[in-house]
Amino acid sequence: MSDLNTAMVEKYRSNFLKEVEANVEEGDWVKMCMQCGVCSGSCPLGNAWEHPPQEIFMMIRAGKRDEVLSSSSMWMCTSCYNCIVRCPRELPITHIMHGLAHYAKRLGLSPKEQPTAKFAQLFWDNLSKDGRVNELKLGLALYFMNGFGEGIKTSLKMKDIGLGMVKTKRMNVMEILGGHSVKDKSGFHAMLKKAAEIEEAKIQK
Amino acid sequence: MADEKKIGCYICKGCGLGERLDTDELETIATREGKANVVKQHDFLCNADGVKMIQDDIDNDGVNHIVIGACSRRSKAEAFNFQNVAISRANLREGVIWIRPDEPDAQETTQEMAADYIRMACAETKFQNIPAASGQQGLNKKLLVVGGGIAGMTSAIEASKAGYPATIVEKTGKLGGAMADMVARIPNRSPYADPMDTGVAAMIAAIEADSNITVHLNSTVTKTSGAPGRFSADITTESGATTTDNFGAIVQASGFTDYDANQLPEFAYGKTPDVVTQRELEAMIKEAGDGPVKRKSDGKVIASALFVQCAGQRSDKEGHLSYCSGFCCSASIKEAMLLKDRNADCDTIICFDDLRTPGAGGEDFYRSGQKKGVTFTKSKVSEVVPANGSLTVKMHDLILNDDVEASVDLVVLATGLIANSGVDIDDKSAENVAQDPTQEYKVNVDSILNLTYRQGRDLPKLTENFADSHFICFPYETRRTGIYAAGPVRRPMDAAQAIEDATGATMKAIQSLEHAATGEAVLPRPGDLSFPTFRKEGCTQCKRCTVECPFGAIDEDEQRYPQYNESRCRRCGTCMGACPVRIISFENYSVETVGQQIKAADMPEEFDEKPRILVLACENDAYPALDMAAMNGMQYSAFARVVPVRCLGSVNTIWVSDALNGGYDGIILMGCRQDENYQCHFVKGSEMAHTRMSKIADTLQTLSLEEERVATYEIAITDSARTVQIINEMEETIQKIGMSPFKF
Repeated sequence: MSDLNTAMVEKYRSNFLKEVEANVEEGDWVKMCMQCGVCSGSCPLGNAWEHPPQEIFMMIRAGKRDEVLSSSSMWMCTSCYNCIVRCPRELPITHIMHGLAHYAKRLGLSPKEQPTAKFAQLFWDNLSKDGRVNELKLGLALYFMNGFGEGIKTSLKMKDIGLGMVKTKRMNVMEILGGHSVKDKSGFHAMLKKAAEIEEAKIQK
Repeated sequence: MADEKKIGCYICKGCGLGERLDTDELETIATREGKANVVKQHDFLCNADGVKMIQDDIDNDGVNHIVIGACSRRSKAEAFNFQNVAISRANLREGVIWIRPDEPDAQETTQEMAADYIRMACAETKFQNIPAASGQQGLNKKLLVVGGGIAGMTSAIEASKAGYPATIVEKTGKLGGAMADMVARIPNRSPYADPMDTGVAAMIAAIEADSNITVHLNSTVTKTSGAPGRFSADITTESGATTTDNFGAIVQASGFTDYDANQLPEFAYGKTPDVVTQRELEAMIKEAGDGPVKRKSDGKVIASALFVQCAGQRSDKEGHLSYCSGFCCSASIKEAMLLKDRNADCDTIICFDDLRTPGAGGEDFYRSGQKKGVTFTKSKVSEVVPANGSLTVKMHDLILNDDVEASVDLVVLATGLIANSGVDIDDKSAENVAQDPTQEYKVNVDSILNLTYRQGRDLPKLTENFADSHFICFPYETRRTGIYAAGPVRRPMDAAQAIEDATGATMKAIQSLEHAATGEAVLPRPGDLSFPTFRKEGCTQCKRCTVECPFGAIDEDEQRYPQYNESRCRRCGTCMGACPVRIISFENYSVETVGQQIKAADMPEEFDEKPRILVLACENDAYPALDMAAMNGMQYSAFARVVPVRCLGSVNTIWVSDALNGGYDGIILMGCRQDENYQCHFVKGSEMAHTRMSKIADTLQTLSLEEERVATYEIAITDSARTVQIINEMEETIQKIGMSPFKF
């Protein structure tokens, strides 16, 4: 368990709703849910969710902290915004889902084998290195996400598309050697560092 | 009123009547068969010229009975509104040309239809008299308001504002009723965010300052007799002193009693003082003033409270209320807010099944509760267990489908309301029915009004103890004319609705006493001056009319004859339909006026292959439905002859047996829906008719006729397509079973 997680458990005791209100993006909207279930019914991936949004909100109010934060549900959100459009109480449900996922990730509670979460990490690692997304590396990383054998298999399957992209100059094979980056790389890293500091300070207060 | 009946028949040629019908033939029929003294045709009868022609005949020619052969009686009523004459309308437009195809083949039967309606209208008016008020009562502007809660107070204040003196009778020692026990009320105006002042003090001050309002505290109504315009009420104080006063109308705002929480042992009510009802919590908050609210058991400042919604309500368990009381969800939100205001950081949980916050601002108030941090949990509470210094609440979370427990300092039960509607007059064992006129009147303490009516002491109830008031069409209007129910005695409601209700009921009460003064009926026949009378020599004292009157209008006099109270009567004619010796009649509506219409229609020979179907249609729903069928271009059999009746309850079985004897091949009765969700304008009329008609099989048997020849239906005003279908099906049935052998 991360230190931050222990600290948060200590700070909010049994009141998970207050914790969400204080730390999750748009979290103060959670109490306004009236349990109509329109969000759950509107979600195109609703069937695949462990707990649909309505249930997540109810679980937050019921203080089911571990179940909510370690759930894969909010990672399933594709940001289609159907729920936001339809919520009669005008809750920014999509944003709350991302907020919850982000908070869970920060506390180290997000599910380890969740593909969306894994891909998000790959994407971040890729992007934060040079300030530009290296599509070749990102794509390959994605192929090999679930092991070497699987990676080879996927690569062979995608071979023709890849060659086609190279032919039409949509992809540069040389990118594998490092690739392009932002002009001021150190400045970019300084910015990221500052942002992390600000966020850290926000959590600590 | 002229002594001699002089019939004037006026036939319109407008709206295509002139082209489709042979009006000259109709004129001949009106003269020869209808025996009309004056018969005229006009190209456009409802225009100023046509109306003037009729008015001239009334003024100069002494015409006092008028037959208008034009459109349905539901059209152009304002044009053909002649004073001091009897009017009969032959429905040639909606009833004939609009529901028949404009084809040469159909011409003959269409003309026969029109001719019959002219014959029938002439026959009807021949037996009508011109109604006049009985003069049983004059104008009494005083209003009796029973109950001094916010509904009662609103009623008195509104009546006084309108210039009608009001008298409030309140059982307890103070005005305000249930609202006086409250700290604050559910907001009734924007932004609907916070509890607001109850307004009781301001209302009491307004009443005290008003010389038009008399208040009797610690008093009950121990006897109410009379009728609208001449009610007499005994108002008795606790000590026994009685004042008798006369009133024009009555508003009953007797409010409600809390459901007894002792019937909910599963919630530990009574076992610990920390399980309270909503009203008890209000008292605790009142006691605390602006300071923190403390528990009764140990004086601990309440840090968490859980509200159990629908406690003993909306449940089919024995002893529980089946209905939603309508105010408790908002009341719990309000009380949670009050607790949060006084006890900082107090956790408030509302366990609901369906949260219902009625009224325009209800949703805003709910939202405001959520913003203030009241937790709403959709769950079913099963048990409350007191456990060392706190309460464990066991519930089933309905969203998460999970059994959970919560530990709180206080549990509040939202228990709901029971109407204070007095004694159940349908319970014949109770000492509350059929006052023997020769005996002295005994007061029943459970009764609200102690009416001396033959049908019982209080307002009839519909369901769940609520006073019967036609909640769709005529709210406030009870089954006792001139007595209007307002507030939760009528249906579950909150304060805002009760205030609205009381205002409406007061307006209706004022209308009622004004109408009583001129002898006019109230809803649903406002302005009708006719009232039932009976021929005493013929009366067998069977008392069916006194029992069957849906409005309890008929008492019994010392000689045990029925005693009609004109201003209590709604003019439905149910008594007329009930009377086995047919001696009850209205001036313009009687066994004869309808019976003669039935006889007046021409009856073709059996071998003409022209059957006759008599349709007795309720004029409130079925007749308009038939009119609308015509307007929408539907068609029904040319063999039908429709006779409108005031209410199916006024149908006397003699009409049916006479029609069968007279050769009609089929009879259709169309009334309104009659069950618990009735649509009958006269509440019981349709039900009575259905019961009576279920016994018509005997008559059919004695005549050796098929049962299918008589059919009774429940028709809604929207059922026009169905009415057409029913008539056409009857024609097919007759083709199958053959013509009636009773044609002469």
